[in-house]
Amino acid sequence: MNRAVAIGALLAIVLTAAPLGAQTGAAPDFSNIEIHSLHVQGNVWMIVGGPFNAAVSIGNDGVLVVDTMVEPLADKFLAEIRKLAGDKPIRYVINTHFHADHTGGNAKVIPAGQSIVAGNFAAQVGAAAANQANVIAHENTQIRMMSDLKPAPPFIAMPTDTFFTDYKDLFFNGEAIQILHQPSAHTDGDVIVFFRKSDVIVAGDVYMNTTFPIVQIDQGGSYQGIIDALNRIIDLTVPAEKQEGGTYVIPGHGRLADEADVVEYRDMNTILRDRFLDAIKKGMTLEQVKAGRMVRDYEGRYGATSGFWTTDNFVEAVYYSLSHPAKKASQVR
Amino acid sequence: MNVPNRIVAAAIVMAAALAAPGRADAQIDFNGVWAPIFHEDQPERVPGPDIGDYAGLPINDAARLKADTWDASILTLPEHQCKPHPSTYGFRGVGNLRIWFDFDDATQRLIKINTQIQWMEQKREIWMDGRPHPPDYAAHTWQGFSTGHWEGPVLVVNTTHLKVGWMRRNGLALSDRATMEERFIRHGDLLTHIFMITDPVYLTEPLVKSNGFRLTTNGVVEPYPCESVDEIVREKGVVPSHLPGTNQASEEFAAKHHLAVEGVKGGAATALPEFAKKAAAP
Repeated sequence: MNRAVAIGALLAIVLTAAPLGAQTGAAPDFSNIEIHSLHVQGNVWMIVGGPFNAAVSIGNDGVLVVDTMVEPLADKFLAEIRKLAGDKPIRYVINTHFHADHTGGNAKVIPAGQSIVAGNFAAQVGAAAANQANVIAHENTQIRMMSDLKPAPPFIAMPTDTFFTDYKDLFFNGEAIQILHQPSAHTDGDVIVFFRKSDVIVAGDVYMNTTFPIVQIDQGGSYQGIIDALNRIIDLTVPAEKQEGGTYVIPGHGRLADEADVVEYRDMNTILRDRFLDAIKKGMTLEQVKAGRMVRDYEGRYGATSGFWTTDNFVEAVYYSLSHPAKKASQVR
Repeated sequence: MNVPNRIVAAAIVMAAALAAPGRADAQIDFNGVWAPIFHEDQPERVPGPDIGDYAGLPINDAARLKADTWDASILTLPEHQCKPHPSTYGFRGVGNLRIWFDFDDATQRLIKINTQIQWMEQKREIWMDGRPHPPDYAAHTWQGFSTGHWEGPVLVVNTTHLKVGWMRRNGLALSDRATMEERFIRHGDLLTHIFMITDPVYLTEPLVKSNGFRLTTNGVVEPYPCESVDEIVREKGVVPSHLPGTNQASEEFAAKHHLAVEGVKGGAATALPEFAKKAAAP
């Protein structure tokens, strides 16, 4: 099995709500996956384990973790955080959405953290809450972790600090951090995390440079929502010089990127959206669209003929998504 | 250690030093400002290629569709205006090329060869110290990550980690999986640059081209500031493109030059001399 196929097989298992091993009958082998870290800039590090990405902010206030990879890699992931941060406490975990490749390590990473609990907050949540990190997520992420993940994660893995508005912000390690909800994109609970002083965005799965966008329509996602999220990232990023560097973007999967990379991906999806809308307007059926292979100019880079998210899966999702008005999360659940 | 042994030891040290990357004796001096000469492909490189002209390039069907649906108006989007040429194209351009070597102070070993091409300040580093290329999760850049070594008097450069780029300025794209191998060969005041691009996404076989430069004694490389602006009032989120099948540029180009459309549509076969007979329109 070559590396691309192996990564595809791993992703096939974890990008759904299914438990590990449910699709193949056997749990995948994570033992050979090594964890690596890359200092992006400022406080922020990108952590990579095979096809899985996460990020940490490390500074005087402690450690803030964005996504926790998959459960089988949690011990290695924690070891990498300790290598980078020493004994600084993990104060926060942010989940960009509910999928098991972004929340799977929660059950080990959260109790490895410590919160500052005092005053009336202690009275509300109890002093024991100090023995874990605060976990921030959009409320749709929390709801889907309880309702869509099978089996449901243990209580300790659940978000403790949810929000239902457009954004949430906090100040940590000397910088403002914006947690921006992207409604109906990859799922209905996606957030992108913007470290304003470090000038780094952690995009979650609204931006992946490994595949065509994964539009989870049954989980509240939509193709236009993904394009909207990409445009929002482009609004936030500022290149340093000659459309390069400046704000960096850590994708949900794939290599470190900057604005130009997101622009390329946004352009592709906007161009493909316009082709699909034209085809739908002309009354073409899904089968006719598939036969027309209208995504073939990008297929060699982002497509797949096997695995969880094939080119056909993408075409079907886009056709359906653009043929139907976006459903609100409450309608989907 | 007696005298003969000391000689042996010195020889071993010298041999090790000479075998190390960036050794001084193999270097050919490329320092200076080089002006491009356009003995090859001048119409394509200076005024620019015609839209729809893909002749002679080993492109696949995906590259052809991407170019057919490319609309030059996309370059008016603010986020496209300040893109420099990637290293896979920059040496084809019209600006002067400055080359300078960086040496380690203590050892006088060659650490890095720098190049800068005027248009959009295409700044490039070619590492000569034997360092590895970055991991696959590292960021890609317009110029990519380049390492070099000497093969006799020839500088050989390998480049990875490129951004999505282009092979012609008419929408013919290269993917971010493209890699490039180059040869820099000096003949007196002339510099020959040969490059071979491999791209599993858009090429069926390596694209091989050469460029010439002449050393100048008074050459300059001017600064090239760029600030993007809104050139056209558009609705937010618009990305100009042609729908598949609606762009007749190749047909128009073929008709204008009395060529067969099959020829201007490109593909590896169109680079072969025998194709010229077929390409001539009846």
